[in-house]
Amino acid sequence: MAGFDKRVYSYEEAMAGIESGMTVIAGGFGLCGIPENLIAEIKRRGVTDLTVISNNCGVDGFGLGVLLEDRQICKIYASYVGENALFEKQMLNDEIEVVLTPQGTLAEKMRAGGAGIPAFYTATGYGTPIGEGKEVREFNGRHYILEEAMTGDFAIVKGWKADRYGNVVYRHTAQNFNPMAATAGKITVVEVEEIVEPGELEPSQIHTPGIYVDRIIQGSFEKRIEKRTVREG
Amino acid sequence: MALTREQMAQRVARELQDGFYVNLGIGIPTLVANYIPEGIDVMLQSENGLLGMGRFPTEDEVDPDMINAGKQTVTARPGAAIFSSAESFAMIRGGHVDLTVLGAFEVDQHGNIASWMVPGKLIKGMGGAMDLVAGAENIICTMTHASKHGESKLLEQCTLPLTGAGCINRVLTDLAYLEIENGAFILKERAPGVSVEEIVEKTAGKLVVPEHVPEMTFDPA
Repeated sequence: MAGFDKRVYSYEEAMAGIESGMTVIAGGFGLCGIPENLIAEIKRRGVTDLTVISNNCGVDGFGLGVLLEDRQICKIYASYVGENALFEKQMLNDEIEVVLTPQGTLAEKMRAGGAGIPAFYTATGYGTPIGEGKEVREFNGRHYILEEAMTGDFAIVKGWKADRYGNVVYRHTAQNFNPMAATAGKITVVEVEEIVEPGELEPSQIHTPGIYVDRIIQGSFEKRIEKRTVREG
Repeated sequence: MALTREQMAQRVARELQDGFYVNLGIGIPTLVANYIPEGIDVMLQSENGLLGMGRFPTEDEVDPDMINAGKQTVTARPGAAIFSSAESFAMIRGGHVDLTVLGAFEVDQHGNIASWMVPGKLIKGMGGAMDLVAGAENIICTMTHASKHGESKLLEQCTLPLTGAGCINRVLTDLAYLEIENGAFILKERAPGVSVEEIVEKTAGKLVVPEHVPEMTFDPA
C-alpha cells in the first residue's frame, strides 16, 4: 500500500533531487495550468543551468518568468515567448538559448518521449527554417521531417484533483501540455488543488494514470489571468 | 474602397459551411466568429485544447482555467470538448479541421506562406501556425494586399522565412479575394470600388485576371 502512496507534504520534498544542469519539462499554456508552486520551489533552491521544455516562459514576475530573474534557465524549448520583457532582454543578449519549436511538434515530442518513441516524422516545418538540417522523407508524395522525442530529468505538472496513487484529472483548458509532460519526466511531480480518496475519481475519467506519477502534493494557487476578456452581461 | 477589418471578417464568414470545425487565428480571423451566418452551426477549435469555443465570459463567469489560444478568458459552448495539446494537434495534423483562417506577412504564387518571423526583429515564436498550415487542407489567409509603403505582399516568391511550403490556396486581402492554382494567383473577386488595375498594380506575383471579376457586396452597416 505505502508503495503506491505518492503524497508528499512539503514543496521541498516535492522537488528533492533537482540539481543544476538538469532538464525540466513543464506543463501549462501561457499562465493557464502552470505548476506555479513547483516553479517557485525551483527558484527558492537557486539551481542554475536548467534546460526548460515548455510551451511558453511565463510573464515577468510569474510562472517560469521568475526563473529568469536569477538566470536559472540557460536553454528553453518553446513555441512562443512573447509577453516577457526580461526574457526578450536575455534572448537578445544571448544569455539564454531559445529553440523555437512548433506547438504541435512540442506536444508530440513530449508525448513520444513519454511513450518510448525516439522520433517521429511530421509535415510541420518542412520547407521552413525549422526543417533545416533535419532528415526528410517522402510518404505518399508528401515531405516530412524527422523530429526527435524529448524527456526531462523532472516533469512538473499542475492538476486539479488526484488521489494518493497519483491518478490525476485536469480542469478545463488547464489540461493543455500537462498530460504529456507528466509522461516524460524521469521524476514526475504533480501539484493539485485537492487530493481525494482512492475511488472518488471515476477510473474511466482519469487523464493521467498514476503509473506516470512519482510525487503528488496539494497546494493553493494564485491562477493569474493573462488576458481578462469579458462581455457585458 | 479597401475592405475594413470587419468586412474582411464578413467575407471570410461566407466560406463557412454548416457542420464545419474551424480554427481561427489571432487578429482579423478572430473577428470571423462575429459573422457566422444565421442557420449555420460551426464549432470553433482553439489549439490549446478546446473544441466548441463559446463567447467571452461575463465578469461572473471568468475562470482562469478557461482560456483560448490567444490566452483570453473564454467560455465553452454546450457540446464542447476539452483535451490535451497533443490531442488538439492530432486533430490539426490529421486534417480533421475543416477550415483554418490565419494572417500572414507574405504569400506567394506557389502557396508558400511567411507569417512568423522578420529577420532582425524580435522573434516571439510560431506558436501553432506551422502545424496549422501543414495540417489543414482548407486554409484562408487574411492580410493586407500591400504594405503601408505600397509594396505587394502577394509575391512570386516569399522573401521572409516560411511558415509552410505550398500549403495556401485561398487569400483574402483588403482589396481582393484570390485563389492560388498552378503557380499563379487567380483574381476571383474585388473589393467594392477597387479596380482590377489597382489589384494588378499591387500584386507582384503572377496574376490571372478572368474576363469578369465580380465586386463583393456588403449589407449596409
